Amino acid sequence: MAHGPAKGIGRWLYATNHKDIGTMYLWFSFAMFILGGAFAMIIRAELFAPGMQLIKPEFFNQMTTMHGLIMVFGAIMPAFVGLANWLIPMQIGAPDMALPRMNNLSFWILPFGFSLLAATLFMEGGAPNFGWTFYAPLSTTYAPPTVNFFIFGVHIIGASSIMGSINIIATVLNLRAPGMTLMKMPLFVWTWLITAFLLVAVMPVLAGAVTMMLMDINFGTSFFDAAGGGDPVLFQHVFWFFGHPEVYIIILPAFGVISAIIPTFSRKPLFGYSSMVYATSAIAFLSFIVWAHHMYTVGMPLAGELYFMYATMLIAVPTGVKVFNWIATMFGGAISYETPMLFSIAFVILFTIGGFTGLMLAMAPADIQYHDSYFVVAHFHYVMVAGAVFSMSAAVYYWLPKWTGKMYSEAMGKTHFWLAFIGFNVTFFPQHFLGLAGMPRRYADYALQFTEWNMVSTVGAFIYGAAQILFLYNVIRTIVAGTPAPEEKTWEGAEGLEWTLPSPPPFHSFSTPPEVK
Amino acid sequence: MSSDSNYYVPEQSPYPVVTALAMGLLALGGGLAVQGKGMLILTLGLVLLAVVFYLWFGTVIKENMAGMTSPQLKRSYVWGMSWFIFSEVMFFAAFFGALFYIRVYAMPWLGGEGDKSDMISLIWPGFQPEWPLMVNPDQVVGGEKFVGPEKNMSFPGWGGVLGWLPLWNTIVLLTSSVTVHWAHHAIKHNDRSKFNLWLGVTVALGAIFLVLQYLEYHHAYADMGLTLESGIYGTTFFMLTGFHGFHVTMGTLMLFIQWIRGLKGHFSADDQFGFEACSWYWHFVDVVWLGLFIFVYVLG
Ligand code: HEM
Ligand SMILES: [Cu+2]
Repeated sequence: MAHGPAKGIGRWLYATNHKDIGTMYLWFSFAMFILGGAFAMIIRAELFAPGMQLIKPEFFNQMTTMHGLIMVFGAIMPAFVGLANWLIPMQIGAPDMALPRMNNLSFWILPFGFSLLAATLFMEGGAPNFGWTFYAPLSTTYAPPTVNFFIFGVHIIGASSIMGSINIIATVLNLRAPGMTLMKMPLFVWTWLITAFLLVAVMPVLAGAVTMMLMDINFGTSFFDAAGGGDPVLFQHVFWFFGHPEVYIIILPAFGVISAIIPTFSRKPLFGYSSMVYATSAIAFLSFIVWAHHMYTVGMPLAGELYFMYATMLIAVPTGVKVFNWIATMFGGAISYETPMLFSIAFVILFTIGGFTGLMLAMAPADIQYHDSYFVVAHFHYVMVAGAVFSMSAAVYYWLPKWTGKMYSEAMGKTHFWLAFIGFNVTFFPQHFLGLAGMPRRYADYALQFTEWNMVSTVGAFIYGAAQILFLYNVIRTIVAGTPAPEEKTWEGAEGLEWTLPSPPPFHSFSTPPEVK
Repeated sequence: MSSDSNYYVPEQSPYPVVTALAMGLLALGGGLAVQGKGMLILTLGLVLLAVVFYLWFGTVIKENMAGMTSPQLKRSYVWGMSWFIFSEVMFFAAFFGALFYIRVYAMPWLGGEGDKSDMISLIWPGFQPEWPLMVNPDQVVGGEKFVGPEKNMSFPGWGGVLGWLPLWNTIVLLTSSVTVHWAHHAIKHNDRSKFNLWLGVTVALGAIFLVLQYLEYHHAYADMGLTLESGIYGTTFFMLTGFHGFHVTMGTLMLFIQWIRGLKGHFSADDQFGFEACSWYWHFVDVVWLGLFIFVYVLG
């Protein structure tokens, strides 16, 4: 255990070290972010003007599907797992993750899974084209043959997620330093513990959904075929039983990140720590019982519509508690505006907008108008991009000096932030208008009256995309040529065990458990 | 391991990444196989997976026997196994949920109940919802894609109860849960010969269950016209019992391996986690069967 990292490629292939694995997760997710981003650029370029310009409608459908799948499963989720790998052992005073070899397995499944998924683009019949929500019968009766690779790919990626989560749960429950009681854990650890629980609970349901598809497609079953007594709506129920918790899987770790950064740069402890913990738990619980708010237009009984509507609106309460706490933390603080803080403040503002549009969508009678329009697209990009992705950007700037021992360029970081902030809003704010005016989502073409806002949106998308190149450059430059970061604490207001370690931290974070008072 | 005895951090290992490779092959091979494009890659993946698991678990066992594992690591294993079983519970929940949804909601709706009735009765005029579903909507309108079964697996009434396989399956599996518990009890008291005996009996019962299950499937396909293709009844029946049967197969195999290890004297009163984990799995499989027995057979 005294020894450092192994030499050569073996260090990465056979890695059991949480930092090495975390690093691989982060780079992998960034690669997927770029790939998914490239698909998004193709979509936006096509939508710059009405009529077909660059690609065929069939390919457009493949692009929306692959963009969604890759961003959700390849970019955002692995990014947070990478963060968890790096931070959880350091934040709870452990030497490593609880099950290091399984950790390696969880990571290495991903390149195989996503290569398979991406390879479908070059196969006969093209990549999956049925949307990231893969509703039957589009994804069964009418699917391209590559759907089978998609199904098995989802299976192994799901297995990776489940193993990663089990590892996180075991680490948090079992490897905390003496004195680190549950209610003393940093919120990032808390939110990940709850996220991991959600993942273990719903990834198997996703596996169930794709298994049913596999059987319907290849073995003559009739889960989703009314001719045999099944029901295509069953698919939607199973999918969204996974899908809604999934959106919280994506956002909860982001809450944890923001709850670490805002106190640091406000130079005040987090306001309402325990209410944050309870609010997170409440959100996790509620996320299991609201899934059919994605299905208001499917033809549910009235009682179902009403129940899912009220239950969904309840989520706004714990979410509101969180937003209140972040603002209360900043209130009266000695705030400074370094890059991580800029991203965090933007997170609070933009995520709140996304939450409010969610509330609008939660109202069944209103949603019948908004459903499957660009309004929904705007909603979930406010929560997933300005929420999850912004928080990832914040996290990277915040902890990069700790990880590498080098300081990033603040000027470049701020430029990245402003480009991202402006680019993001220019892209997605107009999509609210487009949706309300009736532009449906997932079409390669649109009616003339939607032209102007679509042009604006495309311009914004390319600004946002360019900002990520700058981000990449800034990170690489930090690693190879950054100025040395301060010994331990990069940020004067930072609290927590990870800031008691040197920067960069030793190979095995804590070889003897620190004492937590 | 040298500087600190509190924490156990294992050495680097080639097994995980090879496992990932095997899983990649399985995914690719599975996709090819279901399209009728050969079994080669799938087989390769399966073989590789079996080999690497053998080596990987072998290493873990060796390390454990060499006293390298700490109580803390064992607690991690306990958490790991418990949450793994929870994930399995959720996998079955998806299929039980599907059965519930079909029976409680979809069936009556297909039969014209509820506020969408007008449209439905235009599409499938004359369809009679019932469970087990013997005549599919497709057949009502003259289709032949899904031909309903001639007979079903439900409770045959008290007269035929002794010839009803699911009942025997239930008895076999419940008994095996008791015998595995006795084995556990025996090893806790360091009684190795009793342990080997009861574990051996458990494995045998698992095998008997599988044989019975095979007979049942054979009966269904050969004599009852009940297949995967016979509509939603056959679909839910075979998928639920099939996944359960798969889990019994895995469980039997796992217990069998533990039995071999027991014969080799690997276990003692305070060190039998490998066996314990498998026995939890076995109890889980048993509980799932009870759910199946009630919801698929008795109330079927
Ligand atoms: C206050 C909290 C939220 C509420 C009340 C809410 C409500 C809703 C509703 C009702 C829909 C369905 C709209 C429709 O299809 O017509 C929806 C869609 C969606 N939401 Fe949210 N949401 C909330 C937060 C979030 C968060 C935090 C995320 C992810 C980080 C998220 C991601 C999504 C996604 C991805 C979709 C679209 C799914 C699709 O492709 O159809 N939402 N939301
Ligand atoms: Cu939702």
